[in-house]
Amino acid sequence: MATVASFEIAYRQFLDPEGRVTGTLPEFARDPAALLPLYRAMVWTRTFDAKAVSLQRTGRLGTYPPCLGQEAVGVGVASAMRPEDVLFPSYRDQAAQLWRGVTAVEILLYWGGDGRGSAFTGAAPRDFPICVPVSSQTLHAVGAALAMKLRDERRVAVCCLGDGATSKGDFYESINLAGAMQLPAVFIIANNQWAISVPRSAQSGAQTLAQKAIAAGLPGEQVDGNDIVAVTDAARRAIDTARAGGGGAVIEALTYRLGDHTTVDDARRYREDTEVSRQWELEPIVRVRKYLTVAGAWSKADEERLLAESTAEVNAAVEEYLATKPEPPAAMFDHLYEKLPAELGAQRQEASGEAGGHA
Amino acid sequence: MPEVALVQAINLALAHAMAADDRVLVLGEDVAVNGGVFRATDGLLQRFGPRRVIDTPLAELLIAGMSVGLAAEGFRPVAEIQFTGFIYPTLDQIVNHASRLRNRTRGRLTCPMVLRSPCGGGVHAPEHHSESPEAMFAHVPGLRVVIPSSPSAAYGLLLAAIRDPDPVIFLEPTRLYRSLKEEISDDGTALPLDACFTLRDGRDLTFVTWGAMTRDVLAAAEALAADGVAATVIDVATLKPLDMQTILASVEKTGRCVIVHEAPLTAGFGAEIAARLAEHGLTSLLAPVQRVAGYDTVMPLPRLETHYIPGQSRILAAARRTLEFA
Repeated sequence: MATVASFEIAYRQFLDPEGRVTGTLPEFARDPAALLPLYRAMVWTRTFDAKAVSLQRTGRLGTYPPCLGQEAVGVGVASAMRPEDVLFPSYRDQAAQLWRGVTAVEILLYWGGDGRGSAFTGAAPRDFPICVPVSSQTLHAVGAALAMKLRDERRVAVCCLGDGATSKGDFYESINLAGAMQLPAVFIIANNQWAISVPRSAQSGAQTLAQKAIAAGLPGEQVDGNDIVAVTDAARRAIDTARAGGGGAVIEALTYRLGDHTTVDDARRYREDTEVSRQWELEPIVRVRKYLTVAGAWSKADEERLLAESTAEVNAAVEEYLATKPEPPAAMFDHLYEKLPAELGAQRQEASGEAGGHA
Repeated sequence: MPEVALVQAINLALAHAMAADDRVLVLGEDVAVNGGVFRATDGLLQRFGPRRVIDTPLAELLIAGMSVGLAAEGFRPVAEIQFTGFIYPTLDQIVNHASRLRNRTRGRLTCPMVLRSPCGGGVHAPEHHSESPEAMFAHVPGLRVVIPSSPSAAYGLLLAAIRDPDPVIFLEPTRLYRSLKEEISDDGTALPLDACFTLRDGRDLTFVTWGAMTRDVLAAAEALAADGVAATVIDVATLKPLDMQTILASVEKTGRCVIVHEAPLTAGFGAEIAARLAEHGLTSLLAPVQRVAGYDTVMPLPRLETHYIPGQSRILAAARRTLEFA
């Protein structure tokens, strides 16, 4: 017998749940001050997320998928991107989207049932809207990555997905192409342990999700997804390599969905409270605050100011969202095609004349 | 001008579009080195190189999904699905993404892609190679659905599809790939994507059809002419958007309509045309609208396919039923 292939999957963590440094910090994180923007973004995202849930609970927002506990994954990945890169998010990637310049108002509009929430009028004009059909964004990412490669651009397609999404053919077909064509496509799996009610252990017999990369000819690694330093480090290395023409990668970020799948889900039906409380001890924000505090880069006053500012900014976004009038009914037709086919003119007119519609 | 078959007309249109616009890419299974299993993309690799004529891995969902990404990033991908029966994995990407991207992003991102596929039976092909899925796609808002019925139509419609800023499903009747030749002027002239073609004008009866059935319907019209019946033959060509005005105007003159398609009868696209005739043309009708279609059966293997595909006797019988009404 001869061994014709073998592989290892690395795991990295730099900050443990107590905020202690567990490895040699990567270059970008040596100055504690460098972590401040990341910390602020995580806190801002959590403030926003909690507000969105409460809006839903009080009937002012539709179904919403909380990202509680996964803030480090999104912030870490997005912070490693350049503006000209393209993000292909799942529906739980609010943290990455907010960093990229999607506004809180747009996210609220979307989950409030207004299509303008995916228009992204601000920064990141080429970023894709979220994909509700799980894993389908992975295919767009490799198409865009091929476009970037064909044009010899130094841009990267960054695709976020969950653990459940790695079970789909979409993901396998995408990483397979990324490997076969050496595309600048980086896949970040936020392994939050649960695909609604199905645990990671039932999702795949693979020891890690990162190793799925190996079969596609891509490097795969695992990081503590609740460690902002580890996520950012892995994302930076993968994105920089892809940008330099070195091909794509898969990063499995181990995290945990502290909230329900969405606001219409009740996670107590399928998982124990004790598991959730254990996971609260590993969440991503406290460890950074402890680290920064010990390093003398953060104070109680800083924390109070950040919380007050975040709350005020989120509240302002909520006010703007709530004050946004619905589009006229004819808007259903206005972006269906570049030029509306003549045969749809009558339907558009009917919709326009029927303000209020079927109430 | 040389006479070319439909598959060569496709090839000419692809080459013309690629030469005129470097955003146009051809991708799919076996499209590059092999020139496509039907040779629709023959010679394109040699002429335009591997960055524009791309052999993909064997994965139809991928072909559709990566085309969405390419299109959103500014390319004009023309993707080939090798055989009709392999088009179904693309539905998730076509229905959930390609057709919706412009609307979802309020025009910020668009999806100018063409998904080409052979369609229909009659060439003794293996299982899953002979289906007619046009009605499924015609049901999807945001798409255009096109089926040419001749080499010249294929050339002009494919050019229009590639230039169109929105996603187009382009179904090519396998039965016509090589069976019919026409002179084509390879001058880049496109045909409209929102107009039926009236291939024959007659006062007694209106045939409405598309794709390979157009040839059978023209033959039926010829047979009726020998009996003194003058039939109009309308090739719908673009099912979505549907040019109902041309059909209604013709039925207003003839009062009789026979719709012929190869796809199964129930919820076939003929039902949509019949419904619109009932809504907007009822007072013109002198006889019930007739539909002649494939049976509501699984597309049979080649030994029975000629019994499935509507033949002359079924088409003529339907025509005569409408003529029995005074």
